[in-house]
Amino acid sequence: MGATHSASEEVRELEGKTGFSSDQIEQLHRRFKHLSGDQPTIRKENFNNIPDLELNPIRSKIVRAFFDNRNLRKGPSGLADEINFEDFLTIMSYFRPIDTTMDEERVQLCRKEKLRFLFHMYDSDSDGRITLEEYRNVVEELLSGNPHIEKESARSIADGAMMEAASVCVGRMEPDQVYEGITFDDFLKIWQGIDIETKMHVRFLNMETIALCH
Amino acid sequence: MGFQTLVPFGPWNWLLFLVALKCGGASSDLNEPTNSSPQHEPDVRFAAASSEPAETVSVFALDYDYVQIPYEVTLWILLASLAKIGFHLYHRLPGLMPESCLLILVGALVGAIIFGTDHKSPPVMDSSIYFLYLLPPIVLEGGYFMPTRPFFENIGSILWWAGLGALINAFGIGLSLYLVCQVQAFGLSDVNLLQNLLFGSLISAVDPVAVLAVFEEARVNQQLYLMIFGEALLNDGISVVLYNILIAFTKMHKFEDIEPVDILAGCARFIIVGCGGVFFGVIFGFISAFITRFTQNISAIEPLIVFMFSYLSYLVAETLYLSGILAITACAVTMKKYVEENVSQTSYTTIKYFMKMLSSVSETLIFMFMGVSTVGKNHEWNWAFVCFTLAFCQIWRAISVFALFYISNQFRTFPFSIKDQCIIFYSGVRGAGSFSLAFLLPLSLFPRKKMFVTATLVVIYFTVFIQGITIGPLVRYLDVRKTNKRESINEELHTRLMDHLKAGIEDVCGQWSHYQVRDKFKKFDHKYLRKILIRENLPKSSIVSLYKKLEMKQAIEMAETGLLSSTAFSMPHQAQRIQETKRLSPEDVESMRDILTHNMYQVRQRTLSYNKYNLKPQTSEKQAKEILIRHQNTFRESARKGHSLPWGKPAGTKNVRYLSCPYSPPQPAGRDVRVAEFTDHDGSDAEVPSIMFNTHSPTGSLQEGRQTQEIIPMKNLHRGGKPAHLGYQRNRTQEEQLGGGRRVVLRPKPLFHAVDEDFESGEESEEEASAIGSRWSAEHRPGRDLQGSHSPLLQSK
Repeated sequence: MGATHSASEEVRELEGKTGFSSDQIEQLHRRFKHLSGDQPTIRKENFNNIPDLELNPIRSKIVRAFFDNRNLRKGPSGLADEINFEDFLTIMSYFRPIDTTMDEERVQLCRKEKLRFLFHMYDSDSDGRITLEEYRNVVEELLSGNPHIEKESARSIADGAMMEAASVCVGRMEPDQVYEGITFDDFLKIWQGIDIETKMHVRFLNMETIALCH
Repeated sequence: MGFQTLVPFGPWNWLLFLVALKCGGASSDLNEPTNSSPQHEPDVRFAAASSEPAETVSVFALDYDYVQIPYEVTLWILLASLAKIGFHLYHRLPGLMPESCLLILVGALVGAIIFGTDHKSPPVMDSSIYFLYLLPPIVLEGGYFMPTRPFFENIGSILWWAGLGALINAFGIGLSLYLVCQVQAFGLSDVNLLQNLLFGSLISAVDPVAVLAVFEEARVNQQLYLMIFGEALLNDGISVVLYNILIAFTKMHKFEDIEPVDILAGCARFIIVGCGGVFFGVIFGFISAFITRFTQNISAIEPLIVFMFSYLSYLVAETLYLSGILAITACAVTMKKYVEENVSQTSYTTIKYFMKMLSSVSETLIFMFMGVSTVGKNHEWNWAFVCFTLAFCQIWRAISVFALFYISNQFRTFPFSIKDQCIIFYSGVRGAGSFSLAFLLPLSLFPRKKMFVTATLVVIYFTVFIQGITIGPLVRYLDVRKTNKRESINEELHTRLMDHLKAGIEDVCGQWSHYQVRDKFKKFDHKYLRKILIRENLPKSSIVSLYKKLEMKQAIEMAETGLLSSTAFSMPHQAQRIQETKRLSPEDVESMRDILTHNMYQVRQRTLSYNKYNLKPQTSEKQAKEILIRHQNTFRESARKGHSLPWGKPAGTKNVRYLSCPYSPPQPAGRDVRVAEFTDHDGSDAEVPSIMFNTHSPTGSLQEGRQTQEIIPMKNLHRGGKPAHLGYQRNRTQEEQLGGGRRVVLRPKPLFHAVDEDFESGEESEEEASAIGSRWSAEHRPGRDLQGSHSPLLQSK
C-alpha cells in the first residue's frame, strides 16, 4: 500500500469520508484485495468469486448496486465499469448501523441515505420512479428461487403491492389521475412507520470475521 | 365408576338410586359403593327400583360429597371464565391491568367463601397433579405460539438474559436472605443456606406473561417484547430445574456439608438437564411431524397426535430427570411448522383452541388455588423475612437486568436503551409458577414452609397488582419505542428484499453472521426435512401466502360492500340467505365466484368513469338485477351440491392450509384472519373464464398506453383451492358492523403506466380484483385497527 505514512493518511481520509474505523477499513481492504485478486479495482466479474452469492435471488441487483453511479455519488444514472476501494467503502457505508446517539437530524439523514440506496435497487432505469414493471421485476426475482410459483403470481403480487403503495401515498385519486410510479418521497412515506434502522445494517467487525466464505 | 351403566336410566331411577344410597347410611359410606366393583351398583339399583326401602323415604336428598371434587373444580373454572368475560367486556380493562389480577381476586373471593363457610376445600393441588397435569399445558401453549423467527434471531440475547438472569436472581436472593437470617433478632436462624437458596430459586421464577398483554396494548417494540417473552418461556424451565436440583441437595444433605464436587455435579446436571430436555423435545417434534404426514384420511386424530406427542415428550424427559418443560417447548416449536402444513384446517383450529383452553384452565386453577390459600389459617407472618424478600427481589432483579444488559449491549448492534431496561426490570412480575413451587415444598424438609408460602404470596400480590397495573402507564410515560405492525404486501416485500440484501452484503464482506446460519438452515430444511416431514411438498413463499391472504380478505370485504351497495337487494332477506348458505357450505367455491362476479360489476362501474371509449353505461339497477340473478343461480347450485365441491374432493383436506398468524386480531372480535394457502395446481383451471373489459369494441385492440384493461382472473383467486372458511365468520360480524347502511366505495383506480399487451386470448394478465381489493383493504384497515389491532400472543393469560 505504499509508504506507511501516506497509507495511514489515506486511511484517515477514508475514515472521515465513510465513517468506518481504521480497523474496519483494514479488514475491508483485505477483503477488497481478495475479491479483486490484488488489483486496484473490482469489476462485475469479480463478484462471481463469491459462491454464496450465487444462491441469492437478487444477486444481480446487489452486484449492480455496487456499480450504480447514484450509489457511488458519481452521477444521476448509469453504471460504472469498475470501482476502487474508496467506492467499495462508500457502498459499504450504507450498511453501517445508525448511531442512535447522534442527534435526530443526522439520524434522519442516515435513514434517508439507506432508504435511497434501497430505492435505487428498485429503480433500475434511474428515472426517479419505481414503475410497475420495475416492481414486477423485483418481485419476480425475489420469488425466482421458488420453482412452483408462476410468473402470474409474481405479477399479481407486484400489482397488489403497487396498489397498496398508491393508496398509501396518494390516497384518493381522481378518475383521470394516473399513478406513474413510486417516487422517492412516496417511498419514504411507505417506510415511515417501519424502523429500517434495525434491519439494514451489517455487523462490521464487532467480532473478527469468524469465517471467510470462500 | 359405573357412569356408563347409570346413564340410560331416566330421572326417576336416578332419584330412587340417590334415595337408596342416602338411606344406605352416612355419606362417608358412599365412597365404598362407588369405589367398589361395578357389580355392586346394579344390585343396589335394582333393589331400589324393585322394592321399597324399609325406612322412611326422603323425597329429596342431597348427595354432595359424591360430586364434590369435580363439582367444585368445575365451578371454579366457570367462575373464572365468567370473570374473564366480564373483564374483557369492558374493553379498556385488559390494557390497564393484567388478567392475573382478576384471577387472583376471584380466587381470593372463592377462598374467602370457603373459609367463611368452613368448608374443606378439595385437594386440587399436590405435587404430582401440578407437575403432571397443570404445568404442561401452560408451557405447551407458550411454546406453540412463539414467534419463531424473531425469537431465533435474538436467541443469543434471550438465552443470556433468561438463563443468567434466573441464576443470578436465584442465588443472589438466596444468599442475601441467608445473611439476613443470620441476624438473630429476626428469629430466622433455623433457616439454613440450602433452604434459602431454594426459596431464592422459586421466588425468582418470573411470570411476565401477565404483563405481555399490557405490552401488546402499549405496542412496545418487538425486541423488548421478545426479551420478556423469551424470559417467560425459559424461566419456568430454569427455575424448575434449579428447584429440583436444590431439593435433591436438601434431601441428600440435611445439614450444610455440601462438598465442591456436589456443586460441580449440580452445574453439570443443570446443563445436561437443559440440553437433554431440548434434545428429546426436538426428537418428539420430528416424530409427530412425520406421523401427521400420513393422517389425511383420519383427520380426527391429528390433534390427538399433536397433544399426545408433546405430552409424551414431557413425560419421557421427566422420567429421565431431564427438564420436561424445555422438552415440551422444543417439541412444540419443532412440530409447529410441519404440523401446520400437514393437518387439515379443522384439526388446526382444534389444536389451537384446545391448547388455549387447556392452558387457560390450568392457569385458572392455579390462581384460584392461590387465592384460596391466601385466605386461610396456613400462614406464618414474619415481618423481617417478608419485607426483605420483597426488597431483595427488586434489588436483585435490577442488578441482573442492568448488569447483564450492559454486557450484552456490547455485542448487540442495537443496544437496549436505559428506558428499555427499566421496563424489563419493572416487568418482573411473579405468578403462578412461584406459588406452585412454594406450595409444593415438602414440609418435612422445610419446617418453616408456611413462612415461605406467606412471603411468596406477598411478593406475588405486590408484583401482580402494583407492578402489573402501573406498568402500562409507565410504558406510555417512558415513551418506549413503538412498533408498527402493519400487515402489507409492501412491507413483506421490502423485508424480504432486505434479508436477501443483507445476506448478500455479508457474503461480499466475508462475514459470517446469523443470517447465513438461518439461510443455511433454511436450505437444509428445504432439501431434507420438508421432503420427509411434509405431506405434499410444495414450497411456499411467505410473500405469496401473505398476498393470497390479503386477497382473500379483500375479496371477502368486497363481497360485503358489494352486496350492500346494490339497491335491488332486499337487504335483510338476502343477507339472511347469504348467511345461511355460507353456514351451510363453508368451502364453496361458488361464493368465491360470487364475490368475483360482484367485483366485476363494481369494476365495470368504475371503469366507466375514466375510460373515454365506453360501452353504453349500464344503469345501476340493471347491474343489481344481474347480480341478483347470478346470486340466485349460484345459491341454487350450492344448495344442491351441499358440502361437496365442484371437483368432488372430500372437504377440508389437503387443498387448504392455514398457517398461524400470530398477529391476528383478538378473538372477542369474532374474527380470525389466517393465511389461506392454495396449492398451486398449475394451469388446471383453464376453464375459468376471464372477463375482459376492453372498452370500445369486442375486437379487443389495444388503445393508448394510458388505459388499463381490467381483467379479472378468477384463476388466481381460486386456483384449485377453496376459499377460506374463516372468512365467513368475518363476514357475519362485518355485516353486523356495517349495519344496513350502504357503503358504496368506488374509489377511482389509479392507472398504471405499463400496460400488458397480450390479454385478449383469455390469457390472463394482471388482475384488478386484488388491486381493487387492496384499496378496499386500505380503507378497511382503519376500521380494523380500531377493533383491536394488537395481537395477544398469549391472550388467554
